[in-house]
Amino acid sequence: MEEIRNYTMNFGPQHPAAHGVLRLVLEMDGEVVVRADPHIGLLHRGTEKLAESKPFNQSVGYMDRLDYVSMMCSEHAYVRAVEKLLGIEAPVRAQYIRTMFDEITRILNHLMWIGSNALDLGAMAVFLYAFREREELMDCYEAVSGARMHATYYRPGGVYRDLPAQMPQYRASPWHKGADLARLNQWRQGSMLDFLDAFTADFPRKVDEYEELLTGNRIWKQRTVGIGVVSPEQAHAWGMTGPMLRGSGIAWDLRKKQPYAAYADVDFDIPVGTNGDCYDRYLVRVAEMRQSNRIIRQCVEWLRRNPGPVILDDHKVIPPHREEMKEDMEALIHHFKLFTEGYAVPAGECYSAVEAPKGEFGVYMISDGANKPFRVKLRAPGFAHLSSMDEIVRGHMLADVVAMIGTYDVVFGEIDR
Amino acid sequence: MTDSTILADRLRARFGSQVQNCTERLGEVTIEIAPVDLLAVAKALRDSEDFAFEQLVDLCGVDYLGYGQSEWETSERATGTGYSRGVEGEGPGRFDWDGRPREVDVPRRFAAVLHLLSLRHNWRLRVRVFCPDAGLPVVPSVTSIWIGAGWFEREAFDLFGIVFDGHPDLRRILTDYGFVGHAFRKDFPLIGNVEVRYDPEQRRVVYEPVSIAPRVLVPRVVRHDARYDQAAAESADHWRQN
Repeated sequence: MEEIRNYTMNFGPQHPAAHGVLRLVLEMDGEVVVRADPHIGLLHRGTEKLAESKPFNQSVGYMDRLDYVSMMCSEHAYVRAVEKLLGIEAPVRAQYIRTMFDEITRILNHLMWIGSNALDLGAMAVFLYAFREREELMDCYEAVSGARMHATYYRPGGVYRDLPAQMPQYRASPWHKGADLARLNQWRQGSMLDFLDAFTADFPRKVDEYEELLTGNRIWKQRTVGIGVVSPEQAHAWGMTGPMLRGSGIAWDLRKKQPYAAYADVDFDIPVGTNGDCYDRYLVRVAEMRQSNRIIRQCVEWLRRNPGPVILDDHKVIPPHREEMKEDMEALIHHFKLFTEGYAVPAGECYSAVEAPKGEFGVYMISDGANKPFRVKLRAPGFAHLSSMDEIVRGHMLADVVAMIGTYDVVFGEIDR
Repeated sequence: MTDSTILADRLRARFGSQVQNCTERLGEVTIEIAPVDLLAVAKALRDSEDFAFEQLVDLCGVDYLGYGQSEWETSERATGTGYSRGVEGEGPGRFDWDGRPREVDVPRRFAAVLHLLSLRHNWRLRVRVFCPDAGLPVVPSVTSIWIGAGWFEREAFDLFGIVFDGHPDLRRILTDYGFVGHAFRKDFPLIGNVEVRYDPEQRRVVYEPVSIAPRVLVPRVVRHDARYDQAAAESADHWRQN
């Protein structure tokens, strides 16, 4: 009788379902996975070491490039770490703006996730639907920061500037004109808050559309129900956070349990799953989009009623306004010192974590009193999740590996750092 | 009494002298443990009802070489003609692979830092384990207690060269196949060691020494701000001075 040997195959790093640059070495027994060995690091840029070589403020932009589909959440963890060491706190309006943009970011992330995960499992349409709404939200990024993705909007001490009074509009072009242009600009007649008001009023209906396409879809359920089951014990042991943990029925959310920014003052629920399979995690993420929408509405309402400063007035940390510098010697000196040397942060160490869309994103920062951090460690949720790959997919079919990679919501910017 | 005080008191009461240093700062509790005690303490931290740290959130290496060193002396040297402009120092941005510092065998150089989370008590704890020997830093692996530590330990091994004794699969994880050195050590150059490109003549990817020169745009400088003196005094009883 002929001897049958297991077959080793490479999945990625150029596979479209590998979500970037994952190289997965799979040992297959026919169609069944016997062992999975993810090789990561193909996108390793040494962000932590780069951050150690630069003044504190100059690394905020690197944080966007970690998890490049949930940019501002990583910024948030970083600026909160610096603020904690400096002993400063952003003004309350800045806290609400951050809360609002964290939730916009969560929706952005989940839209990307729902689109690409559905695409991986063979449903093309959801991707197109999800990108329609992503466009609107990225316009909000652009309106406040000038950049559609890598915003560098949060700063230690607040946010860079206040929300724009006029939402930018589409201009007439050969592609957008007449009734089409009027439709695109329909929500953009007023301020950014008016735009968000209109968007959030409409968004639950859009979520219904995605659910219409997937939740009851027989193929979708066949591909996700009972696949990649993570028990609560496994979720703990592997250090899982975010939807991976909540999908297994553990109601743990840093926004509720260790509230930061303005989360203690807004009303929202934590959706949890029961079975811990891919389908439950899908339901959790869809429900999270609805909750994020609720939070944004509350923030919009609060921000309308409460004007005020969005960044501290402490020129030892925050640069003075340009007009001030024209008149005031002190302001000019502060500006010069901040942009040539930066500010020194008192010696100490801290860990600050935020509930990023993928789970707990943490920044462990050690300062030795210098103008640059001594050590920055970025704790990426995807790193911990992906490490459990071998245990979770063992015994599954090859096609389920794709479902599992999708449900982990891996982004190599943050995993490889 | 805050949560962190309760946790610190419980830690001191439960572990006594096994906990070498227990500090609370910024609402965070840090303990320092000798490598020999790590496994016993970690197991108790996970299993004991008083602590219930079910999750290892993070594990990372730290290289304390050059901690607190300024590249630009600003204090006391001020004269009638101004400050010294001489920039000295051996920060990772100032040397290349051949010029890297060799006298680096200082005590208490490498540490592994664990961040634990208890979902039941809503507590966080930082555990620092210094490696006794900087030449061959060894720390016991906690993979038997939190299985998720595996990749974090591989990362600390890859980037800092800390060997985790008892780890089932201690390979490099983030750097390239065949990488030489440990990239996040303070004596590893910021510009790196080798660069890769595709050579059309040989029709393959080739490795070459890096072509960029080391440079530092902003020197590292420690400022003594009067507002922070208080904070510095509070942290004076911490690990570095012991």
